[in-house]
Amino acid sequence: MKGMNDSMDELLEILRDIQPDVDYEHCETLIDDGYIDSFALISLITSINRVFDAEITAEHIVPENFNSARAIMDLIQRLAAE
Amino acid sequence: MVTMSDGMRKNLLEYLENSAARYPDRLAFTNGETGLTFQALAAAARAAGSALSEYGPRRPVAVLMPKQADMVAALLGVLYSGNYYVPLDWEMSAPRLQKILAAVEPAALVCDAGSEKRLSELGYAGPVRLYEELRAAPAEDALLARIRAQALDIDPAYVVFTSGSTGAPKGVIASHRNALDYIEQLSAVLEADPRTVFGSQTPFYVDACLKELYTTLKCGAQTVIIPKTLFTSPVRLIAFLNEQRVNTICWVSSALTIVSSLGGLKAATPEYLRLIAFGSETFPLRQFEIWRAALPDVKYIHLYGPTEATGMSCYYVIEPGAPLPREKIPIGFPFANTGVLLIDEAGQPVAEPGRVGEMYIRGAGVTMGYFRDSPRTGEAFVQNPLHGDYPEIVYRTGDRACYDEEGALVFAARADQQIKHMGYRIELAEIEEAARDCGAVDACCVFDERTSRMTLFCLSEEDEASLRRRLKNQLPAYMLPAAVISCAAFPLTINGKIDRAALKKRAAERR
Repeated sequence: MKGMNDSMDELLEILRDIQPDVDYEHCETLIDDGYIDSFALISLITSINRVFDAEITAEHIVPENFNSARAIMDLIQRLAAE
Repeated sequence: MVTMSDGMRKNLLEYLENSAARYPDRLAFTNGETGLTFQALAAAARAAGSALSEYGPRRPVAVLMPKQADMVAALLGVLYSGNYYVPLDWEMSAPRLQKILAAVEPAALVCDAGSEKRLSELGYAGPVRLYEELRAAPAEDALLARIRAQALDIDPAYVVFTSGSTGAPKGVIASHRNALDYIEQLSAVLEADPRTVFGSQTPFYVDACLKELYTTLKCGAQTVIIPKTLFTSPVRLIAFLNEQRVNTICWVSSALTIVSSLGGLKAATPEYLRLIAFGSETFPLRQFEIWRAALPDVKYIHLYGPTEATGMSCYYVIEPGAPLPREKIPIGFPFANTGVLLIDEAGQPVAEPGRVGEMYIRGAGVTMGYFRDSPRTGEAFVQNPLHGDYPEIVYRTGDRACYDEEGALVFAARADQQIKHMGYRIELAEIEEAARDCGAVDACCVFDERTSRMTLFCLSEEDEASLRRRLKNQLPAYMLPAAVISCAAFPLTINGKIDRAALKKRAAERR
């Protein structure tokens, strides 16, 4: 299994590819403040599912799980542990 | 109340007045928590109209408010005052709002207390009226009756701004007659009645909102305004639709796609939906199939139409159990009292299936033209090309289509650089101009229809992130390209024009 830091770097890379101009290390309102809109969210989830071999389903798609890189990482790890 | 002797409606406010008399205590517009009944809506609109009458008649009044029931009251208040409204929203971005306000020079700007705090961002120096004060003003019945008696159905009701090809926003101005004709036909197609509960997705500053707004007033129905953030939480969105018992939605196709592609329909079911109308852009068949499989008993209606013909001009109904279209969903047939001419490059009408022509729209829904722009009005609002016997202005859409074997129209392509993205009509030239405004030497924006992705190429030494940052201040979110690419030179065609096809290929390869 990949180390935490490697995974976080991969996630940040995905996020920057979709929307480069955000301070992902600190931003905690990615959804609430519209940095990631519903279209970016589709790209993001598709990429995460592919890169992390995860299966994010509609139940997981709520702002709390996507408002920060940290929250997204937690979601990915929760899904991996299931 | 003034009505024409034959009972024909001549003012949009008659819809409101009839419903306020018949269903005074029914909730007309709500966000699920707060809202206005028909009676409260009429009272607020009449009060605002009385106070705004000093600016009239027939002058533009801008309304800058959040998408809530109060904004509907403000828009209708402008109509009561004998003026026409220009709906605005902060999500249009400050530079765009500035351009629009400069182009319109409104007689007054109506805003709520929250918007007033931010007005300094717009450099607007004209009169400002606070909605909270207008609403509290006394309604002057005699004054309003006098204004109505002098109003004609050919008088303007609103101006909505679309993206213009020279980069400047383009205002489409429509009359009461245009909107009345549209709503009469549309409400019949939607089979709207007092039991209809709309779930409104589209912003109030585009013509798409007319569907819910005026059909609700005409039929004594209800519009539930869906909080925008719910479109990032499909399961909560569906829960909201169920809580509010929404049974009818008229969304841009991409909003339906969001719900289905995020797996929303696997996790929850909109239980009350009976009718789903969609349009503004292609609805991918694969997504349509997901909806159809999840909600087989719903009636689906594909709508097509340009802002310049008020809203929607054609519709195609897919009844429950009807076979799925094989390739794309047709745009179908014109509404009653609307005509579509399909004309080939030689200027001759196209009759046989499969052959492509350009669509021209004729009928009472053809709007008055572009606001303060005779040259562009003259280019698009033209004499019916099939005869010169008497004056007949039709709208040249720039959209190409053909007939299928059943005689239904099928959309083929745009004739120019105008695209549909996330339900908004966008001129790529406007994005290119914004890039030049941000310091790029030149810019070329390409759109990939398959992936629905815009890529902006800039001749610039600046790095991509800072270009993007500046563009973001300049453009509304829906106009922001998915990727910004700095380059040293553009590929050119043999005619010396930027080779868009080559850039499009480069954009696709970069993915």
